Amino acid sequence: MRDRRLILQMLAFFLVGTGVLLFIVLDVVHWFPAAATAQARNVDRLYKVMLIVSVPIFVLVETVVVFSVWKFRMRPGQENMDGPPIHGNTRLEVVWTALPAILLLSLCTYAFTVLHSNEKKKANEMIVDVTGQQFTWTFSYPRANGQPPVKSLELYLPSNAHIYFRIHSKDVIHSFWIPAFRLQEDAVPGITTDYRATTTNTAATYPIVCAVLCGLGHSTMRSFVHVMPPGQFAAWEAKAGGPVTAAPGQAPAALGKQMFTSSLGCGGCHTIADAGTSGTVGPHLDQVLKGPKHSAAFIRQSILQPNAFIEKGYPANVMPQTFGAVLQPTQIDALVAYLRQVSK
Amino acid sequence: MAATDTTVVLKPRPQVVAHSVPRKRLSWIEWVTGTDHKRIGILYLYLTFAFFVIGGVEALLLRVQLGAPDNTFLTPQRYNELFTLHGTTMIFLFIIPVFAGFANYVIPLMIGARDMAFPRVNAWSFWMLLFGGLVLYGSLFFNPPEASWWNFPPLSSVQYSHSGGSDAFIVAIHLIGLSSILGGINFIATIHNMRAPGMGWSRLPLFGWAMLVTSYLVVVASPALTAALLMLLTDRHYGTHFFIPSVPGSGIREGSALLYQHLFWFYSHPAVYIMVLPAFGIVSEVLPVFARKPIFGYKAIAASTVAIAFLGMLVWGHHLFTWPISTIVFAFFMISSMLIAVPTGIKLINWIATLWQGAVEFRVALMFACGLIGTFVIGGISGVMLAMFPVDWVLNDTYFLVAHIHYVLFGGSVFGVFAGLYYWFPKMSGRMLSERLGKASFWTILIGFNVTFLVQHSLGLSGMPRRVYEYPASAGWTGYNLVSTIGSFILSAGIGLTLINVVRSLRHGRVAGPDPWKGNTLEWFTPSPPPANNFDAIPRVRSVEPMQDLRRAIQRDSERVGGEAARETVSA
Repeated sequence: MRDRRLILQMLAFFLVGTGVLLFIVLDVVHWFPAAATAQARNVDRLYKVMLIVSVPIFVLVETVVVFSVWKFRMRPGQENMDGPPIHGNTRLEVVWTALPAILLLSLCTYAFTVLHSNEKKKANEMIVDVTGQQFTWTFSYPRANGQPPVKSLELYLPSNAHIYFRIHSKDVIHSFWIPAFRLQEDAVPGITTDYRATTTNTAATYPIVCAVLCGLGHSTMRSFVHVMPPGQFAAWEAKAGGPVTAAPGQAPAALGKQMFTSSLGCGGCHTIADAGTSGTVGPHLDQVLKGPKHSAAFIRQSILQPNAFIEKGYPANVMPQTFGAVLQPTQIDALVAYLRQVSK
Repeated sequence: MAATDTTVVLKPRPQVVAHSVPRKRLSWIEWVTGTDHKRIGILYLYLTFAFFVIGGVEALLLRVQLGAPDNTFLTPQRYNELFTLHGTTMIFLFIIPVFAGFANYVIPLMIGARDMAFPRVNAWSFWMLLFGGLVLYGSLFFNPPEASWWNFPPLSSVQYSHSGGSDAFIVAIHLIGLSSILGGINFIATIHNMRAPGMGWSRLPLFGWAMLVTSYLVVVASPALTAALLMLLTDRHYGTHFFIPSVPGSGIREGSALLYQHLFWFYSHPAVYIMVLPAFGIVSEVLPVFARKPIFGYKAIAASTVAIAFLGMLVWGHHLFTWPISTIVFAFFMISSMLIAVPTGIKLINWIATLWQGAVEFRVALMFACGLIGTFVIGGISGVMLAMFPVDWVLNDTYFLVAHIHYVLFGGSVFGVFAGLYYWFPKMSGRMLSERLGKASFWTILIGFNVTFLVQHSLGLSGMPRRVYEYPASAGWTGYNLVSTIGSFILSAGIGLTLINVVRSLRHGRVAGPDPWKGNTLEWFTPSPPPANNFDAIPRVRSVEPMQDLRRAIQRDSERVGGEAARETVSA
């Protein structure tokens, strides 16, 4: 009799606990960022199914543990008593081995179908080459008829398009992760990895993150993906493929400041008060660009060949050595002009 | 507390009681040269707890840095060094060897042996561990390693980590690995050959099963890590290129960074079970004693230990879900990783069934064991989520994973360590730990632990990667990080309470007597602390609970013979 009442109490506790917790994790709090691809929606559904399965198991275990230590606690006068000599029950063991196994195998099957549909090759895929290096991402868009690829330090994508990413690394292992796409793939030197994403029709900007430790500047290896309507994307691609110029009436230094703070990610490692950046991985540029180092030639060399001169107290090989390949001459000039201006 | 001294009447049973051997004060030379398994066990425990404190201080420094956005408390280099040391210390210098410490002390006593099979090898294992720790921490005076506890190439190759930190890591792990392999061989030999008469495989205590299986895992898996690190060492200094991809134009044939990952995780995944199976073993010992009820499903628990170890050798690929490996291989690793939840679940359910209908005695050891069940289940569930690789692609290498590993290794292993400490401390020191301080410590640890790590799941879901030394205020992670930092200090306070408890009780604790808990296994058959030879006479074992049998026999005899038999004092 006491057992039946106990089980009813536990059942009530379990149902209430499960209901409340499921309500919280499904309806109240949304930790994931907005889903920005078709694949992301599949993953989110899978994750929700996992929550719906896990929460009752979690609440069940906690309920039974709490109730059994509480209800079967040793009461005064029982100090020398022993519980009943129950050693086990084979039928129960079989049941609680088989049930979780069946549950897990069905979840496995579901996960596999999600993966299969997410990885399916689509027609009309747009290829983007992603290259990781300490500590930037470079995105390159191959073009037809022998033109050089369009290169960019931020990722621009048309909406409603199938994208096929080919991921490379120039030095150590990075991980190309766009939380809004729910996709993460390692960039491994010597191996090309890939993944697919189908953008939705929402135009927005999402962060890109490096997820694997890649050295001192790992936490600054961040960029952005801009999803935009196809027309706007085509305009961007045409512009990025052509020569870069400062906007009419914009001084080169102003373009340089814009590059320093945004697309190039310089501010992740370097502090310049004027630009409002506070990175501490690399030298403090307000302080070190003094005297002979104030020359345009020195600044240009430090951008193109960072290892030519290493500031005391900072290790070599931390700053990317590929700005020469990514930037156009106008952009380098603008950056040099800006750095000379602020370090006067 | 039950009455500790019962005077009972029984037939003469001269051979079963060990008389105490007078203890003399030990000089340091005896500690350094000693081969007694109990003394070595104590040395292990002191050393590993010292590393636990060091690793904990490192963790606090990391949490202080992350407590506020754009913090400049630590430089990126210090931060990378500190999390590398924290991970390496906690895994290789605390959790793995601390169980070797407990097992060294307890296993020979539990199985009714007078020492380990190879006492000198045993001492050697301990000293290798100490030297390994010294090598790792010696690097503090030069350049500490900074490529995380994976120490993975190319980041750890000479081109990207030219300081000696990476080499210090390699040498330290070689020494520690040697210590752990020798220890493993020793436990296997001891448990196979030196069990008390009558102790067949179905009567081996469950902690014995856990240590046996763990030792096999150590012996099978550790050489892979040792080999990988040796290859890394020759890559760094002797011109090989196992892990260095082709250098364009240099004519070097390509090595693969992926190879290191396979070798590393072939060890480091089983290492999770090396760290958590002994804790499960401790829970399986503690629960029946304090529930005053036999363990439910002894055979199922022993078999699930073996099953976890077997499956645990087949799941390393789930650490590589974001690597270029074919989907069908991943499908295999996904299934094996998910299936491992089945034997783990069997253990949890059997433990709960052990508590059910018992007469549960609220001792600190029992509270930590139940705490393990309650927190480990979170780590287990998040593990199943991470094993589904579409989900892993979102959450791999985020704070969700950091939370998962801490729910497994703290919520699982360290709660087990504390349960073991509170359970066996009276046996090792002869004195009781304070229950009041212990309970305060338990609740502080439980609260601090969950405050620290529960919110890290949310951080991971909202996109915070692990191993970053700073994050922008605009990311929206400030609140969670602050909560986590505050939790880490609560957690440290809880651990501090136990340390104070240990130091105080060594001097002032109540005298324990040989069997303060009415234990089930043979370590409670000898005085606390046990004499050098452990037992004068080893009883014949007739069940999993030889001490219960002895108590029952004594009671039967006293009832049958009454006052006519010789009176004998049996401490029970």
